[in-house]
Amino acid sequence: MSRHSVVVDHIAKSYGRVKAVGNLSLDVGRGELFGIIGPDGAGKTTLFRILATLMLPDSGRATVGGLDVVADYRAVRGIIGYMPGRFSLYPDLTVEENLEFFATVFGTTVEANRHLVDDIYRQIEPFRKRPAGKLSGGMKQKLALSCALIHKPEVLLLDEPTTGVDPVSRKEFWAMLLKLRNEGITILVSTPYMDEATLCDRIALVKDGSLLGTDTPGGIVGRYPTALYAVRSADMHRLMADLAGYTGAASAFSFGDTFHVTLAPGTAPADLQSHLAALGHKAVCIEQTAPTVEDCFMLLSKKEE
Amino acid sequence: MLKYLLEKEFKQIVRNTFLSKMMVILPIMTIVVFPYVTSQEVTDVKVCIVDNDHSQASQRLAQKVEASGCFSVAGYEPTYGEAMKGIEEGSADIVLEIPRGFAKSRGRGEEPQVTVAANSVNGVRGGLGSQYLSAVIAAFAAEEGGSEARAAQGMAAGAGPATLYRYNPTLDYKVFMVPGLIAVLITLLCCALTALNIVGEKEAGTIEQINVTPVPKSLFILAKLMPNWAIGMLSLSFGVAFAWAVHGISPLQGLPSIVLFSAVYILVASAMGMVISNYSDTMQQAMFLMFFFLILMMLTCGLFTPIESMPEWAQKITTLNPMRYFTRAMRLAYLRGSSPAELARELMWLGGFAVVLNAWAVASYKKSN
Repeated sequence: MSRHSVVVDHIAKSYGRVKAVGNLSLDVGRGELFGIIGPDGAGKTTLFRILATLMLPDSGRATVGGLDVVADYRAVRGIIGYMPGRFSLYPDLTVEENLEFFATVFGTTVEANRHLVDDIYRQIEPFRKRPAGKLSGGMKQKLALSCALIHKPEVLLLDEPTTGVDPVSRKEFWAMLLKLRNEGITILVSTPYMDEATLCDRIALVKDGSLLGTDTPGGIVGRYPTALYAVRSADMHRLMADLAGYTGAASAFSFGDTFHVTLAPGTAPADLQSHLAALGHKAVCIEQTAPTVEDCFMLLSKKEE
Repeated sequence: MLKYLLEKEFKQIVRNTFLSKMMVILPIMTIVVFPYVTSQEVTDVKVCIVDNDHSQASQRLAQKVEASGCFSVAGYEPTYGEAMKGIEEGSADIVLEIPRGFAKSRGRGEEPQVTVAANSVNGVRGGLGSQYLSAVIAAFAAEEGGSEARAAQGMAAGAGPATLYRYNPTLDYKVFMVPGLIAVLITLLCCALTALNIVGEKEAGTIEQINVTPVPKSLFILAKLMPNWAIGMLSLSFGVAFAWAVHGISPLQGLPSIVLFSAVYILVASAMGMVISNYSDTMQQAMFLMFFFLILMMLTCGLFTPIESMPEWAQKITTLNPMRYFTRAMRLAYLRGSSPAELARELMWLGGFAVVLNAWAVASYKKSN
């Protein structure tokens, strides 16, 4: 038994001329909560579909739990729990029936693995007689996770489980993932939300089908090479254009209600302050700030270009 | 595992109120309503009469036309030209022109020529209408003709061929159509149900979820086929019951053949639906493909036009149409009470289609791309 639960080895997949995943390699340790972070169209779903044996890669190979996803696809299906990005349970079956159905097609029962899903399922149990199609978005995701877990998989593949889910449900959902990780289940989760990345053991940043970097969230952030400043002024709209036009600013992008700016070598924050004041900006505020995963992503994707 | 898959399918079918309605409405439409609307018997042909003779004889002929039941007199026009206007406007289908001196020449024992001009835009209506009208005129001539003519008529009646229509003595159109319409019903229902059911799972994304389970594809397909087979048999019994209750058409001793052939044919139709679903990603695509094939099959199955009257190459194509064998078997079973043994050739063809199409369905159902 290798200590890696999921190994992706130079996987590539194109749809016609469009390259979805290009020569991507990564490995996920046993019992790890591994995040694939990237914007829409980064190739996350394609990677998940390949790992879930729903799609054949053009080249490269991948193993899940030591089993090849192409050669041993049948065995792989027995040990994974896959939750696609789109809700895909039977909308006309009730919550209870969906869970029972997926338990039985994996040759097990709800009772046998009830302990695994108990925390999640308890939250949707009041609606167990409701057709799954009539649940709210967050509830649907909880049911989908329950269904993906009910056969006690070794590896959970969760493709954007929190997209389109309200912030409270997102928090709850991640709390569950951490709990499942502690049960020893390897979890591979993708998300476009950078804030969720810090909750993972390790993350891989992907863009346009290629890997930008793999590390722990702390490691990724720690490698941020320069000082980062949060800049604000009374006229945020004009500030954006002025920052972009300032040669002393190496990069600038909006981050919440501020702009995150890195400075070119030889430019001090005071230079930026006076430059903006000269352009007529009022209430200019420049503070050094700790970089986040999103900052790292922006930096790495800029380098890539 | 099959048990759980079936349980799921039946739950979904029962909850689908639209489907349950269709299962009742479709047999009613096809078996109760269609035989009336697909009738090719021509009735109520509108005749415009141009009477140039104004004699008692010409009036009697006009009355006879009117009384025949097939025609309604659209009007009397003074000239042929006026009558033709009626045809152009669509208020008349046929013009009957009785020549001047009609009665006189009849009195002399001649056979005067009447003119029949039919609008053949609708070929069946024009053709059959003018045939009927000629028959009425011939009958009139026979009845009213001179003594010699009457004698000739008597001779003709004695020597003429006596036609006896077997299996459908009154040439009732419905007796002929209903068995074929039951075939249409089963084709429509089973093909559509299967195709839309699987594409529905594709659209909902649930097929992905099934695909990552250890359920083998043959089992998944079997679980789809079995409920549709039951629905097909159910709608067959509806169809047979309606045909008997509404049209008084009962299957004679042909019932074993009807049940056996339907049992096999449902597998063929469902497999077709499955193959269609495997090549379409959306309901729209599936519907379009299905209509294409269904219309093609219906037109070449011999239901509306006899296969024997098609050109040679078209006849060859119809051998690939499973509906052709089913329609024929249903007709023979209904009208002649044929036993399965007498229909062995049709049964073999249908069995072959069932095997080939189902194998194709399993092969083309891709679990991974």
